[in-house]
Amino acid sequence: MSATPDTVTTPTFQLDGEEIPFQPGQTIIQAALAAGKYIPHLCFHPEFKPHGSCKLCLVKISGRPAASCTTVAQAGLSVESEIPEVQDKRRTLVQMLLVEGNHFCPSCEKSGNCMLQALGYELGVMSPHFPQIFPVRPVDASHKEILLDFNRCILCELCVRASNEVDQKNVFALAGRGISKHLIVNSESGRLADTNFSATDKAAQVCPVGVILPKRVGFAIPIGKRKFDLKPISDPGASAGCAEHAEGGA
Amino acid sequence: MTIQNKAEIIDAILARHRDKPTRLMQILRETQEELGWLSKKTLSMIARGTRQPLARVEGVASFYSFFHTEPLGRYCVLWSDNITDRMLGSVELMREMCKKLWLEPGRVSEDGLVSVSSTSCTGMCDQGPAILVNYRAIPHMSSERVGQTVDLIRSETPVSKWPAELFSISDNIRRRDILLGNISRPGDALRAAIARGAQPTLDEIKLSNLRGRGGAGFSTGLKWETCRNAEGSGADPEHYVICNADEGEPGTFKDRVLLTAQADLVFEGMTVAAYILGARLGMLYLRGEYRYLLDHLESVLARRRKDKQLGHGILDHAGFDFDIEIHFGAGAYICGEESALIESLEGKRGVPRNRPPFPVTQGYLGQPTIVNNVETLASAALITMKGGEWFREIGTEKSAGSKILSVSGDCTRPGIYEYPFGVRVAEVLADCGAAAENTQAVQISGPSGVCIASDEFKRKIGFEDLATAGAFMVFNNKRDMFLVARNFSHFFAHESCGFCTPCRVGTTLLKNCMDKIEAGHGSEYDINEIFKINHLLQAASHCGLGHTACNPMFDTLQKFRPAYQRRLNSLAFEPAFDLDKALSQARQMTGRDDADAHLKNTMEVKA
Amino acid sequence: MDRKLKVATTSLAGCFGCHMSFLDIDERLLDLIQLIEFDRSPLTDIKHCGPCDLGIIEGGVCNAENVHVLREFRRNCKILIALGACAINGGLPAQRNQLDLRDILEEVYQTEPGLTHGGIPNDPELPLPLNKVHPIHEVVKIDYFLPGCPPPADAIWKFLTDLLAGRTPHLGHGLLHYD
Repeated sequence: MSATPDTVTTPTFQLDGEEIPFQPGQTIIQAALAAGKYIPHLCFHPEFKPHGSCKLCLVKISGRPAASCTTVAQAGLSVESEIPEVQDKRRTLVQMLLVEGNHFCPSCEKSGNCMLQALGYELGVMSPHFPQIFPVRPVDASHKEILLDFNRCILCELCVRASNEVDQKNVFALAGRGISKHLIVNSESGRLADTNFSATDKAAQVCPVGVILPKRVGFAIPIGKRKFDLKPISDPGASAGCAEHAEGGA
Repeated sequence: MTIQNKAEIIDAILARHRDKPTRLMQILRETQEELGWLSKKTLSMIARGTRQPLARVEGVASFYSFFHTEPLGRYCVLWSDNITDRMLGSVELMREMCKKLWLEPGRVSEDGLVSVSSTSCTGMCDQGPAILVNYRAIPHMSSERVGQTVDLIRSETPVSKWPAELFSISDNIRRRDILLGNISRPGDALRAAIARGAQPTLDEIKLSNLRGRGGAGFSTGLKWETCRNAEGSGADPEHYVICNADEGEPGTFKDRVLLTAQADLVFEGMTVAAYILGARLGMLYLRGEYRYLLDHLESVLARRRKDKQLGHGILDHAGFDFDIEIHFGAGAYICGEESALIESLEGKRGVPRNRPPFPVTQGYLGQPTIVNNVETLASAALITMKGGEWFREIGTEKSAGSKILSVSGDCTRPGIYEYPFGVRVAEVLADCGAAAENTQAVQISGPSGVCIASDEFKRKIGFEDLATAGAFMVFNNKRDMFLVARNFSHFFAHESCGFCTPCRVGTTLLKNCMDKIEAGHGSEYDINEIFKINHLLQAASHCGLGHTACNPMFDTLQKFRPAYQRRLNSLAFEPAFDLDKALSQARQMTGRDDADAHLKNTMEVKA
Repeated sequence: MDRKLKVATTSLAGCFGCHMSFLDIDERLLDLIQLIEFDRSPLTDIKHCGPCDLGIIEGGVCNAENVHVLREFRRNCKILIALGACAINGGLPAQRNQLDLRDILEEVYQTEPGLTHGGIPNDPELPLPLNKVHPIHEVVKIDYFLPGCPPPADAIWKFLTDLLAGRTPHLGHGLLHYD
């Protein structure tokens, strides 16, 4: 099935008709992003092990739906991504995330650099469609350098993973179940100030939305000049998935 | 209780579990049994003791419905909320109980005495309505029993001193076949296995065509062979045997009866598996609702240890070392999924893993692990004694052996029925006393299964037609199939683990959609929404819970659409919320009640 | 085109910022006016909506009057458009949804120092607030959504010209904004 019988060449799979080379062990999204082909994603981050929870990276592989972040690439696979059926489902997923939290973009310092918002633009999401759930999620402003606004949390667990795997601090964890699942902080008071969290932690850099924000540096870049004002998220270079780049030097 | 007392209690529990983080579930359960609930301070002590972050312990405690991180009454009453309980009057009885206790459902009484709320199906559907009082099961609730329990609570009688007949659970075995009719002696299967040898015993299991009884139907022989061939890794290479007795699917209670009536056969199956895999530890993951089985099961295990059917050198066979631990779940249906179950056994939130790798190569603590249903393991023990050829002759070509059905709902003889595979639904209905002409539907294999209508009663139980984990809920012609589906939509929203977006949000949207229709605010718009969410759940969910969460709505919309349509108010869209109610707070605060202080929910359409 | 399309606009729980942005299409208003005429709108001061082709709603639903106006639009307009963040997800007014309405009214009219303590206004002329602020698509069916706080004038222009030409409106990168 591979493109050429020559065993020396890198194996490839097809993504929307284009041959994508991959290293053995790479998942489909890893190979695609490395080849400069964008597949929507939120919980995936190139520096972390694929997580598979947001499901935005849904694709069809040989006719069957699968998460491209956790599916290992194989030679000869036929992967469909930018087809209406898949894009419709991704749109619905973004809408679900929008109604699950409280996403009031005009007041958010991450606006313009936010991956959820940029994905909404990319997919042409014009409304949240579903009834808003309006959860009550108080903010935590206790820390002197960092603000936590849980209203915007999409439960991607990137901060949980970064704090655990990179910072080795375990500042964040998930609590509750189902629609009540929420992000918590590792202290008896439940406040960020009472943890050993620092603004230089990896966990402070990875939030794809506007939950973990540095204080006193908001709205530094004028509207029109922010990362996703300049380029859509699917643009090569904009799609590396690194939220810290999305800060645009803020 | 002084802080010092509290610390001593927690220290003793931690010591009993050797401070192991993998024992977190059991530590939390035992601590809660002693202290009533799990405060942040308590969790903090447990976190320190097990050397893990507090937030992670909190995350686990808040994942499971049966762990309480808010103060709980000294008596915690939970009403089983399966549709079969409702059909037997549970909603009215719960209201009666709350009224007698001057209590709002879900709230702890002001004196901290009691709370009354509901929980997912407790597996007593053949003797409902059922409740749990401090996690001990009481079946057959009636007005009289409500009065009796309320008196016992008011007089603050310890649950251990309540009349024993309240807690009497019946097996209700109505039809026996190879499993429930088993009269072999404990140890017979082990002797057969040792005499035959590990590989030949595995060959018999393969030959038998035994398939998993949890519903998925994977070949047991193949599962065991893959696991046997997989190498353990790291400093402590091991193989593990896990018996899945989480039985959370509403309407299913056959594992409860198997573990009551044939516990030896189940443990024997686990031990045979251990012999084949070279496993030294087996774990029975028992749902928290079946806490009352613990004494019985521990006594069977103790006897088996005494009789050298467990422990070192089983039946004097050198090197055959195996023992079984009992672990309790704590109210999370998702832990019936094998990788979520393993996470839970490791002391974590019960979230299904990404697969591959599958548990057979990397399961419990990353080691090769088999997870088998109670009924599968009991069948494997029988096969070990009687041979694969004997087994595959029973049932049908693709479904060898027997299937135990948990029959409940509208029938005169609810209970446990074991049939060779291939039995028709109509035959089961006749046996359980459900007149075919009065029966409109049967829910096969619970909410995640399939709802069949009367023109399908000729269909057969088996992997080739109606695959089932065992639930068989009967609905007569008077039942409203919309309410059945609505009950199931609430179940899935409650039980979604919340890991993936489509299931976490989708199950709640579905529940809200069904409630909207029930409240009389539904329209064709909402029906279309259900289909749309169904497509997404099927395509994008992380595990089987999400894939099947819309089945009840999908099936009933196909087969019982008028039950929905007669509730639809208009063809036009209506708000999901009650507009007039949305003005209630403002009316109350201003004291206004004039015409302008009210809103109709339905928009008047221009003539 | 045989006749001019009738357009009505209103602002519910909004700040009129979306209407201001609409006016920001500047001289293109002159082109637009060749194609449409306004019915009920802050621009015309017509008090009630007659049969219209297009209704444009700014703002979410925060009180009983908003519901009546929104329904009047739905009854009279063939196509209803949600314009801007507040109409689409409640926006700024919906930030009060984190609080209990009773607590809000109490704090504002009764306990907050420095007020005359006149009590909570109960004049029947005043519309009662809803317990929560809702996006308009939760109350009536909405046909199109144009996000932004406010949507840029160019986006409004593109959206309306698409719609008037009978095309499904499509905003490319740069015009689709949630802020």
